[in-house]
Amino acid sequence: MSTEQLQQTPLHGLHLELGARMVPFAGYAMPVQYPLGVLKEHLHTREQAGLFDVSHMGQIRLRGAQAAKALEALVPVDIIDLPVGMQRYALFTNAEGGILDDLMVANLGNDELFLVVNAGCKDQDLTHLRQHLEGQCEVESLFDSRALLALQGPAAAKVLARLAPEVGSMTFMQFAPVRLLGVDCYVSRSGYTGEDGYEISVPAEAAQMLARSLLAEPEVEAIGLGARDSLRLEAGLCLYGHDMDATTTPIEASLTWAISKARRADGVRAGGFPGAERIFAQQREGVASKRVGLLPSERVPVREGALIVDAREQVIGRVTSGGFGPSLGGPLAMGTVQSEYAALETEVFAQVRGKLVPMRVVRTPFVAQRYYRG
Amino acid sequence: MSMLRFTPEHEWLRLEDSGELTVGITSFAQQALGDVVFVQLPDLGQYGEGHEVAVLESVKAASNISMPLAGEVVAVNQALSDDPELVNASPMQDGWFFRIQVNNVADLDALMDQAGYDRFLADNA
Repeated sequence: MSTEQLQQTPLHGLHLELGARMVPFAGYAMPVQYPLGVLKEHLHTREQAGLFDVSHMGQIRLRGAQAAKALEALVPVDIIDLPVGMQRYALFTNAEGGILDDLMVANLGNDELFLVVNAGCKDQDLTHLRQHLEGQCEVESLFDSRALLALQGPAAAKVLARLAPEVGSMTFMQFAPVRLLGVDCYVSRSGYTGEDGYEISVPAEAAQMLARSLLAEPEVEAIGLGARDSLRLEAGLCLYGHDMDATTTPIEASLTWAISKARRADGVRAGGFPGAERIFAQQREGVASKRVGLLPSERVPVREGALIVDAREQVIGRVTSGGFGPSLGGPLAMGTVQSEYAALETEVFAQVRGKLVPMRVVRTPFVAQRYYRG
Repeated sequence: MSMLRFTPEHEWLRLEDSGELTVGITSFAQQALGDVVFVQLPDLGQYGEGHEVAVLESVKAASNISMPLAGEVVAVNQALSDDPELVNASPMQDGWFFRIQVNNVADLDALMDQAGYDRFLADNA
């Protein structure tokens, strides 16, 4: 696919100017890396701060007195009691309990919710919301009107506080309207790297000015999707369409933690989301296979799609994400294995080009998360 | 001066005084691949032209290195096992992959010389 048919984010011109290598991703031309290269971009983010253009992701606003109640019917997450100024991780499930997408939901107050969904799912998510929330609240697509920047890394707070001192006191998963360079933005203290940092929703027309201003700070480098992927993998974070999809339930994806207490089988608002019966049954009875972290014991990277076998070379699973972790200094992977192989420290093997690579089932994250919790 | 030849796959071959050919990838290729984090080297032995004998892994992806000409792999660069980044740092010298004894030295004539490779790069950039 040539890049001409692809959509462009408001930062497209800036990416080209910075010498980015652009690749097609979810229908957009996106920077996979800048001249610094994936390895150094990754390490820079962990050491100082990286700026990511994630404007391809879908931003959606729900508005209305019934918005929280209506959205709750689509996700196994407590939205009704989500405090104003807080954000929460959520999953859209289907009738079989499969994951249609994962998303962030923030409570803006004034009966408004702000959603960020995956780029590859955003049209389908919008349709899903409109179908199910019609008549209960307003569903507004912000796809073209807003850009999304992520500023991630240990220096992120110091850098962003230069533009707005109040962001320094925000804690992990807090969300606030913040004026940056005279522009009304939404800022959340969150991200997809395992580091402290922010995601900044900014009107499309002001995105380039804000990005240039952040890049002018000495701590900040532009970071591409290549490093975004290795950073999130080290942090043990799932990538939709790879580590889970519509055929995977939250239990199978080892995302049980994302099901709010209030919505569980013994919760105060138990169930009431698509696929609840199947998900609860899996919680009671267990699952045939589940997602685990995998640490290859040789230097060779084990990539997505590699078959996982036991010592007798019987296929017991598949690698869903894998590669090299620059901060870890070696290969790392996540994959789905039959539940009897999912215990920590179980030894399994990946088939890589006809050879068996030993791997251990390990706890994730691979690199400690460093969120700011106050 | 030793003779240097290039393939359209961005491999270089240098004819050594011993008559063996040292094989690596060009600076253009290493730059396109990005940071190399793992190199899988071939076993010594005979391989046909185009046979995939080595694998380069960058942070993002794996790429195959094929046998530029039919022949025998007589040596591999073990230094790459511990320092795969040599491919990026010194693609034409310390980052070589393996040495081959070609079956037919005349096969070299089909490959590009430096001027030919420079034109190839300019045409395909």
